[in-house]
Amino acid sequence: MQVWSTLVDPLQYAFFQKGLLVAALSGTLLGLIGVYITLRGMSYIGHGLAHAIFGGFAASQLITSGLYAFGAGIWGIASALAINAVSRKHSISADAAIGVVTTASFALGIALLTKFGARGPSFDNALFGSILGISTGQIIGLSLVMIVTLIFVIVRYRALLFATFDPEVADVSGVNVARNDAVLMVILSLAILATLTVIGVTLVAAMLVIPAVVARMWTDSFGRMLWLSAAIGAACGLSGMYLSYYVGVPSGTMIVLTGAAVFCVTLVVSGARGRRRAISWDHHTEDVVALTPVR
Amino acid sequence: MLTRAECLISVRNVSSAYGDNLALHDVSMQIDSDQLTGIVGPSGSGKTTLLRTLLGSVRPVAGTVTRSPGLAVSYVPQLETVNWNFPITVFECVLMARRQHRAWPRPTRAERADVMAVLERLGIAELSDRHIRALSGGQQQRMFVARALLRNPTLLLMDEPTSGVDVNTRHDMLHMLNELNAEGLAVVLTTHDLNGIAAHLPHLVCLNRSVIATGSPAEVITPEVLERTFGARMEVLEHLGMRVVVDEAPALPRAVG
Repeated sequence: MQVWSTLVDPLQYAFFQKGLLVAALSGTLLGLIGVYITLRGMSYIGHGLAHAIFGGFAASQLITSGLYAFGAGIWGIASALAINAVSRKHSISADAAIGVVTTASFALGIALLTKFGARGPSFDNALFGSILGISTGQIIGLSLVMIVTLIFVIVRYRALLFATFDPEVADVSGVNVARNDAVLMVILSLAILATLTVIGVTLVAAMLVIPAVVARMWTDSFGRMLWLSAAIGAACGLSGMYLSYYVGVPSGTMIVLTGAAVFCVTLVVSGARGRRRAISWDHHTEDVVALTPVR
Repeated sequence: MLTRAECLISVRNVSSAYGDNLALHDVSMQIDSDQLTGIVGPSGSGKTTLLRTLLGSVRPVAGTVTRSPGLAVSYVPQLETVNWNFPITVFECVLMARRQHRAWPRPTRAERADVMAVLERLGIAELSDRHIRALSGGQQQRMFVARALLRNPTLLLMDEPTSGVDVNTRHDMLHMLNELNAEGLAVVLTTHDLNGIAAHLPHLVCLNRSVIATGSPAEVITPEVLERTFGARMEVLEHLGMRVVVDEAPALPRAVG
């Protein structure tokens, strides 16, 4: 009975209903995209991109508060395509380029907001996420990104899988790997933008990585990993939202902490087998040669 | 009754470069439909570039590459370059090569049957639900060949198919390639392994930026050709009718006793 009221009581508030819906959608969306991001070794790009988008968010809020999503979106997509282009060239290492471009963008955002803008609730919300003040427009935006992502992941399923597993062979087998990567980056930046206010730019990378890594420890099949990761993301979003309500801390922090707890439990329960899978995501395996002593 | 072999790819005076580095210089060769050919050469000799030129993923800076119309080429990567921790089963790995599919990604009954048939053909059907890491080196190689065969190729290109595999796997792979070739598939592979691979193949191309020699092992595995290909003197012996290459002199001073 008490459990029931714990779950139902907060639902009398409209802001919590919206928050719950947005958290579940955000978790699903980031869980889904996170599979591709982590398997491609692009977690750092996700992290950097979230920070770059904050720069756009801040800059466009100065011009007009109504169009901040539009401005941040353009900024985010531009950063995503720039990172993608840079990471395809070998003269500058991708992680260094990401480190420079995205943190500079983040710093610019903070500087602009502190100097000219209102360093109020919207600032903190963008950093750490909040369930207060979610507009219907945001819910529609998030739903649209979700639909686009689902269509992309379903219709391009095999091409995406091929390009993720084996980009070089996929390229010579008629898959346009460069275009797939570009679309993935655009979708990633749209997803970060759409989840920005609930999870927060500083925490969004965790929700890209945690559900995917946990799902990877649970299965060896790509298809299963995809829906498991989405489901884990949604579950973390929902439970994190309730915790946020009762504990009274920003929603993003509780969603991420829930994910981290699930990760730790999975790590312990799944034992050595799961640990090996999750941690050694290197692209080269070495055979262990046992040396026999010569007598 | 032998059917006449047709020319699949003709390479004429091709040069390729990465920036200022010339990877291939004035290379001419021909791939016929009945061929089982090894491209032999040291590291950096342009083997992989030549393979990619045949594949069409590297455009030459000079010369021409002519493919027979509608030629289907499949490519098998080096096992070392594969991410073995990727969450994928043997079935999923082979299926990804089938590009045309309905909007819903779940395989149709016909696709399932096609994948199982090609796995059956390569003798690994019972492993279809296994994770790719749970296979032996030879089975992993067969899986990638299965993925390549699902595209019904006329020509199979393999990059260093035996680097890092043990002797049984190497024999297993050579037998498999020979069978596929007998069934009508042209095969071109790259190797730097003279004794383990090259000496067993019916036809070789010795490459060191340019084509040094072309022919059967008996024709091209000679001290002169090897010196020009590998830049080192080697001694060629004969064992059970096969060429065996050994270093001319011990590389290090021998310990006495």
